[in-house]
Amino acid sequence: MMEEVQDVTSALSVHGHNIKVTDVLKDGDTLTFVIVSQKVSGTGEYHVDRTYDDVEWLQQHLFSQEDVPGLHGVIFPPVPAKPQVNVTAKGMKQLGFLGLGEWQPYCKALETFLRQVASHDLLKKNKAVEIFLTSSDPPGRQRVKKNIFNWLSQAMDEMRKEGHKDVDEFFQAQRDQNLVMTGCTKNATERFLEVVLTEQKIAVACGHFSAALHLCVEAGEDPVKQAFSRICVKLSEVLESMKKNMMSVAENNVNTLGLGLDLESRYQEAEKEMLFRRTCKLVELETARRSAEKAKPVKKAAMEEVKKAAESEFDHISRVAKQEIAQFESERVQMLQQALVGWCEQQLLTAKESADQFDRYLQAFRGMA
Amino acid sequence: MSDRARDPPPERTDFEELEDADDLFPEPAATEESGPASLTAEDISTNSNGPKQDSQFDEDPEDLFAEATEEVSLDSPERDVLLSDGPSPAITPITPPTSVITPCLGHDDMFTHSSFDEIEEEEGGDLFDMHIAVSDPEKVGDGMNAYMAYKVTTKTPMSMFKRGEFSVKRRFSDFLGLHSKLASKYLHIGYIVPPAPEKSIVGMTKVKVGKEDQSSNEFVEKRRSALERYLMRTVKHPVLRKDPDVMQFLESSDLPRAVNTQALSSAGLLRMVNKAADAVNKMTIKMNESDAWFEEKQQHFENLDVQLRKLHASVESLVCHRKELSVNTAQFAKSAAMLGNSEDHTALSRALSQLAEVEEKIDQLHQDQANADFYLFSELLGDYVRLITAVKGVFDHRMKTWQKWQDSQMLLQKKREAEAKLQFTNKPDKLQQAKDEIKELDAKVQQGERDFEQISKTIRKEVSRFEKERVKDFKTIIIKYLESLVQTQQQMIKYWEAFLPEARAIS
Repeated sequence: MMEEVQDVTSALSVHGHNIKVTDVLKDGDTLTFVIVSQKVSGTGEYHVDRTYDDVEWLQQHLFSQEDVPGLHGVIFPPVPAKPQVNVTAKGMKQLGFLGLGEWQPYCKALETFLRQVASHDLLKKNKAVEIFLTSSDPPGRQRVKKNIFNWLSQAMDEMRKEGHKDVDEFFQAQRDQNLVMTGCTKNATERFLEVVLTEQKIAVACGHFSAALHLCVEAGEDPVKQAFSRICVKLSEVLESMKKNMMSVAENNVNTLGLGLDLESRYQEAEKEMLFRRTCKLVELETARRSAEKAKPVKKAAMEEVKKAAESEFDHISRVAKQEIAQFESERVQMLQQALVGWCEQQLLTAKESADQFDRYLQAFRGMA
Repeated sequence: MSDRARDPPPERTDFEELEDADDLFPEPAATEESGPASLTAEDISTNSNGPKQDSQFDEDPEDLFAEATEEVSLDSPERDVLLSDGPSPAITPITPPTSVITPCLGHDDMFTHSSFDEIEEEEGGDLFDMHIAVSDPEKVGDGMNAYMAYKVTTKTPMSMFKRGEFSVKRRFSDFLGLHSKLASKYLHIGYIVPPAPEKSIVGMTKVKVGKEDQSSNEFVEKRRSALERYLMRTVKHPVLRKDPDVMQFLESSDLPRAVNTQALSSAGLLRMVNKAADAVNKMTIKMNESDAWFEEKQQHFENLDVQLRKLHASVESLVCHRKELSVNTAQFAKSAAMLGNSEDHTALSRALSQLAEVEEKIDQLHQDQANADFYLFSELLGDYVRLITAVKGVFDHRMKTWQKWQDSQMLLQKKREAEAKLQFTNKPDKLQQAKDEIKELDAKVQQGERDFEQISKTIRKEVSRFEKERVKDFKTIIIKYLESLVQTQQQMIKYWEAFLPEARAIS
């Protein structure tokens, strides 16, 4: 991807599309991620250690970027939820797929987030991104004042604005569609997670069965005893094989479609937040207009200024939003396709391997005297 | 086949011999129906064998029978548990089986061991060629008097049956009745009689009440399968398959209904055997086991029991999770369908709908696999846990047989001592009486010894047969299971291969 070098100091010095989260280290309660990015000029890499605090720091700086008109129209790449080392039930529910598999899926999700930020035309110019990816000192270990964070949580109080009728058909349709999609996607993601968790339970049950079979092996020269012992040992191997198959199936599910649905779900939420910000701006604008109309001559000029500012901001937001939505739509289809194709390919491979394996055991049993 | 020619004579001649011989037990039980007071675990199996001497094994009958659950006719007056209700119906069939001479009343135990030896020797080449299917469950009647009738179809080239293929209708209590007869005839002489399937009040009540839902259908299927396995195991036994009750059960279109329908379930039998075993232990039968084989085998079966129960628990867990997976997969399929419907992008929408269909099909595979897990493994293990109970019962009977023999011996000793004393008194009558008694007892002791040797011999043979069958059984089931696994994976492959182009076609 070609970076537009507009202002030398704000261009990102690393590529965005191949950032990697290569490792995750557990230290007591904290998880530390190792992030590797490739230099744009010449060869060479940056290796940095970052915790979730650093990620939050980055997010806050993205939200509070000042020189970007219409920033509120951006669909911010969704960051994964905070990882808990000793995960509670509620935490597990929040993390969903990202809480599984020894944090490997989480690393993937974090990687995706960083790639999206570093590739986003408006966001990547933020110096915070450069610092996050390249500075040897972790930037986020002190708490920074909240900016849009507060704004967002305040906005939650104003949920009634969510239903405010739009002036633009396109955006109204978008909001309606988004409402449906967020619900459906969240539901599908949760159901799929249930499937994966049950698959894991089956794998464990197969393991127990396999172990119990080993207990049935008896020593002795009695030919019948020996025959039965042989059967138990062989069956135990079959159960182990079934266990591995189930675990593969679950892993495939998580790594492809699971991550895909999870990302789609979080992205839909991000779009929802953007659309809401725009709607709030719309309400603000309409309020400003009414105030300007009703204003007494003394206040009128000031009110007109306020109104013009609001109009301008709203226009910027809407413009950016339209671009963002178009980008979002094409990206999400691509991402889901990748997820579905990858999922199907991996499951197909696993099924073929398992079919072969089981068939070999079948032949072995048939041949057993 | 020359079965027919050889079948009747041994039994006929045996009866003639026994009726003449001195070693008839003095009290052939005329009444098969024993009141609860004298029915103990021991008596149940030795219905017509010298009854009252076993009163030491008396237990509180209510204790024993309270646990026998009832299936049908909760209004039935009899609370007794009976193993052999009345004379063997084989005596009064409508179309008498031509090949078997029916035994006289009260001589059920007179199938002497030697006749069985001959039957078994015939079987040397193991020409077992019989197939029994239990099918077409059909509800008969209404409300709490309703019951399920099953079609029992036998296919066999064996000439002891009139036709090569025939069907009858039977209900669950008929199966229990058959088992109770077989148990009363064969258990006490060392034959491992396969236990009948479990009763279930809850399951049957649902069926009676007319609940046509999945769980009652599952219950009926589970029962049907269990009945089929039960019959197959019974006829695989070389001696049992020739039993007139078995043959009548399979062939006769009119089977007299078991009078006391509260027949023992195998669970009830298990409890009773355990209680009897406890009673035996309390009596501390210190059997001088001269045969290490028996000690070793008993230990072996104890171990096997424990192991199989563990396996059974593991499989139950697997079945449970598999069913859960099926439910979750179905729910995911629905959610994917909804997602597909809401999706604007046409190609993605289609792919998501296809995904929903694939998941539905996979759900069906999970259900099929869960059934395989259950009907193959879980039921196999359950069957063997129950079979081992029967095996343990047979070992217990051997101990009791030994005890009986020892008791007779001790009594004989006492009588001899008493006779010796009488020699010095001038009481010729009493002396003669004593001598007569001694003569009787002596015969009894000898019979006791013969019984003990015979049961020991029978058990050895039975255990050997059982063990071989066990290996064969497990192997057969495992092969079926693996076939199901392979098939499932191959189906999956087909589904994924069909979905892949759809996924690729999204953009």
